[in-house]
Amino acid sequence: MLTIDQATYDAIVAHAKRDHPVEACGLVAGPVGSDRPERLVEMVNAAGSPTFYEYDSTDLLALYKEMDQRDEEPVVIYHSHTATEAYPSVTDVDLASEPGAHYVLVSTRDHGNNDGPVEFRSYRIVDGQVTEEEVRVVPTLAPAG
Amino acid sequence: MAIEVRIPTILRTYTGGEKSVTGEGASLSALIDSLEADHPGIKERLIDDGDLRRFVNIYVNDEDVRFLGGLEAPLSDGDQVVVLPAVAGG
Repeated sequence: MLTIDQATYDAIVAHAKRDHPVEACGLVAGPVGSDRPERLVEMVNAAGSPTFYEYDSTDLLALYKEMDQRDEEPVVIYHSHTATEAYPSVTDVDLASEPGAHYVLVSTRDHGNNDGPVEFRSYRIVDGQVTEEEVRVVPTLAPAG
Repeated sequence: MAIEVRIPTILRTYTGGEKSVTGEGASLSALIDSLEADHPGIKERLIDDGDLRRFVNIYVNDEDVRFLGGLEAPLSDGDQVVVLPAVAGG
């Protein structure tokens, strides 16, 4: 199960709507081993595409070095689908390389840049196996520890 | 000469869980061969058909090796090498 606070959830949805029709992508970092998505980092989609996303390689290195320095890891890795359901594509599964992360998919196909509900779903992707999990949105994350 | 190589989570199965290993070589290609000698199987995760895999990023002193000559990128003692899988999808 993914437990995420309302403000982070809303920010991911807003990012997806803002970037539509390009796929939006980003990450929520948290302390190593905590499973707490605490720090949202919006990334630029270097592919600038409605059907593909990729972090810029220089941005990727900077992000991972920063997480290392802060003793963080990627807790949530998110991106949007702009014309299809919020389910990992074959490419998503092939390229998934963080078995410890929650892969969040947001679909903007119904309302694009406008207000309205979106599909927001979360998965584990390990060794090519996709397992959907429950998403629990809480007002704020419970205190650490 | 020793070159430190940072290994991403997904490839630590090849390094006994180590986040960082050392190798040697005057080029990236030679370094990868030296890693393969100590950590069999890792080369195939970095190289496909004689070239760097499209969705694996390798950096030498913070520079993407694609801008340094790819597998021919020269290395010197003390260089820092980082391997990071692309975060990408469709």
